[in-house]
This record gives sequence, structure tokens and C-alpha cells, in this order.
Amino acid sequence: MIRVVLPAHLRTLARVDGEVNLAVDGPITQRAVLDALEASYPALCGTIRDHVTYRRRPFVRYFACEQDLSHEVPDALLPEAVARGEEPFLVVGAMAGG
Amino acid sequence: MSGVRVLVGTRKGAFILTADGSRKDWTVTGPLFAGWEIYHLKGSPADPARLYASQTSGWFGQVIQRSNDGGTTWEPVGNKFAYEGATGTHQWYDGTQHPWEFKRVWHLEPSLTDPDTIFAGVEDAAMFRTTDGGQSWHELPGLRNHGKGHLWQPGAGGMGLHTILLDPKHPDRIFIAISAAGAFRTDDGGATWRPINRGLQSPHELPDKDAEVGHCVHRIAMHPSRPDVLFMQKHWDVMRSDNAGDSWHEVSGNLPSDFGFPIDVHAHEPETIYVVPIKSDSEHYPPEGKLRVYRSKSGGNEWEALTNGLPQRDCYVNVLRDAMAVDRLDRCGIYFGTTGGQVYASSDAGDSWTAIVRDLPAVLSVEVQTL
Repeated sequence: MIRVVLPAHLRTLARVDGEVNLAVDGPITQRAVLDALEASYPALCGTIRDHVTYRRRPFVRYFACEQDLSHEVPDALLPEAVARGEEPFLVVGAMAGG
Repeated sequence: MSGVRVLVGTRKGAFILTADGSRKDWTVTGPLFAGWEIYHLKGSPADPARLYASQTSGWFGQVIQRSNDGGTTWEPVGNKFAYEGATGTHQWYDGTQHPWEFKRVWHLEPSLTDPDTIFAGVEDAAMFRTTDGGQSWHELPGLRNHGKGHLWQPGAGGMGLHTILLDPKHPDRIFIAISAAGAFRTDDGGATWRPINRGLQSPHELPDKDAEVGHCVHRIAMHPSRPDVLFMQKHWDVMRSDNAGDSWHEVSGNLPSDFGFPIDVHAHEPETIYVVPIKSDSEHYPPEGKLRVYRSKSGGNEWEALTNGLPQRDCYVNVLRDAMAVDRLDRCGIYFGTTGGQVYASSDAGDSWTAIVRDLPAVLSVEVQTL
């Protein structure tokens, strides 16, 4: 299972507490994880990625394993530790957002 | 009619204020959607338990929330607002052309007859509609494509479609207003639109002061019994049309300033209108630090200051365009919210005012349901 940590506002919107655990098929990439997240929690569609372009929203960041993965291409593999479920994939609201 | 439900959108959440018909003792619920900008909430005239809210943030974009029980519980519905076809460009702040980009929903206007049909005015200015209770939204592209979208420009708050008026006597007629493109009307349910800005003058804001589009219309209002009579608060000037917007004339009269944002009409007196003057386009606060609502009982030109219960010194708040509403009780109640977080109410058509709440986040919108 892939572990995903959401910011507080999106946990409220998705009506979840704590981490989200997702079953993701195939290569573990940003795109695959976010596709699975949005499929499980449709209320999150459009809040992390643009509805049409699927580009990351400007004031949202992706962190994992103490790295900022925000500028990685969506189909790049996430760190092994994320794929093994040892480390979470974090969706973070940028500090510049307020 | 037994009471009122006041729906308040603020910069950091929504609040619902309820009272019985005396409008003396208020229950305050909130913040709902805490931390988000709630640009607008409104109830369906066809089903008062059905409410819709525009929930937005710079981080996470747009969410639409729907309640089926008068605001006790809510669920997110569809939030995809995709422009139809080639989006084209409009003027940007520096006069260059800029592509249309969706930013947020400014205003939700439920159908008069169907609780599942809602119109949404958005930034960058366009009109959307849902017919499935908010699950899906589709643009009415005729507005942007009417031919002069490239001349539209943002107002200071963005290029938002902020006002939608549904004509109760002509089901296919809708009036809208955009900052800063002007007012428009459709007579065929949104398939085609035409500008209705003849008579508006913007000598300090447009190179052609009588331009067909480009005027910064802040708000328009009408009384449902006379949908051909429209009132407008413009970026300077209070205006009136007696022919469904085909032409406008100024009715600013003796106002201390004719700059402001909201305008509304008494529920039972179609010639009684209300505005909240502010000092100027750069000084968005009441003249002389006195918060005064102005009322005209003659449809404009002759205005009286309403001050009883409103601060008359050291008051430098503003009232935004969607932050004033009226109820349909007898006597008509008037409500407005300020950027300082107060929501004021009058249960006597403006003769006297009290603050329902004083310390909310900055108020973006006020609507009231008469229950």
C-alpha cells in the first residue's frame, strides 16, 4: 500500500483522518498515486492537480524522503521507500499560499 | 413566513445566522469550510433547504458545496469548470492580451424553479450552468464568444462575472455583469448575449468613454415585479434603466460619493433602493469615516442617509458588491456585511440597524432566505 499524507484542508474535504493508504497498480509514479487518490476520493479532483492539464497546482508541493519532488515529471518513479510503503508521499500546501 | 436564514461568506469560512420573524435574537453557526474563502452561498428559491456554496483557496482551487438540509450538512459536488472550445484572450492589466484562465466561482444563482439548476459566474469571466445539482458544469459559451471578449479587462479584484439576475417574467432572459466588461443580457437562455451598456460613461477609465464594452459595472439589481427596471452601481455613478438595460441614465443625485459596490432593492417597494457609498476608487471606505447606507424612495436622485445604529466615526470598512441582501418579511429586512467582519441588520427597511455579529473574518457575501 502507498501511504499518502494530505494537508489538513484536504483531509477535511476528503473526510479522512491521518494518512491515506492506497492500492496502486503498476509503476509507482506521482501520476499513478494521484490517479488512485482521486479515484478513491473524488472530492479531491482539481484540488491538487488542474482538472484539465493535470499540472500540479502552483501552491501545492510534493515531498517524500526529505526531498522536494514537485518539479519531477509526473511519470518518474517515486523513491523505492515510498513504493514499499515505508515512507509516505506528502502533498503539502506551500507556505507562500498563506 | 416564520424567520430568516442569513448566509454569510467570508475570507475564512461561511457562517449561517438564523432568527425568527422578530429578527432580534440570532443563532450563529460557523465557521463552515473553515479557512477557505467562501465567495458566495445562496439558497434555491424552489427548495429553501437546498443551498450551494462557492469554496475557494489559492492553494487548492475551487470546490462547490451543496446542502440538502438548510446548511446543517454539506457535501462537495462537481468542481470542474472547463471553458468550452478555444478560450481566446482578453485584456490584461497592462493592456496586453492574456489567455482566459479559470480562477474561481464568484457568484451562484439558483434557478427560480428548479433546485438542481444553478448558474455560476466565474473568473475569468464566463457563465456556467449545472442542471444536475452541481455534479457537472457546462459553459454557456455564447457570452465569451459574442465578439468582443478581447476587449474585456480585469477590475481590481479580477475579471469576475459577479452578478446574475434571472427575469421571473421572461424565463429565457438573464442579466449579468462583469468587472470590468459591463452588463450583458440574453433573451434566449444564454445561447446569445448582447452588451447593454449604452448610456454608461467611463471618462477616466476607458479611452472611449462611451465604449460598448469595458465599463466596470460593480453590481446590478432589480425588483422581481418589474424586471425591466434595473439599477446599477458602477465604478463611479449610480445608474438606472427602464428598458431592460437598452439604455441607462444616472441617478446619483445628492449622494456624498457615487462610488460604491452593492446596490439592492426593497422587497416590497420597487422604487426604494439602497447603496453604501465609499470615498473613491482608491479609498474604499466610507466618506468621513461614517458608515452610512443611503436609501432612495424615488428610484434614485433623492437619497437619505441611514445612520441609526451604524458607526459614525472612525469607521473605515468597506461593503463588497455581493454583501448586501433583503428579506421579504414585513417590514422588509436589510442586511449587509463589512470587510471589518460585522454583519448589520435592519428589521425596519433601514430606519435602524444592529450588528448581528461584529468579529467575523472579512465578509465577502451576504444572502438571506425568508423561511
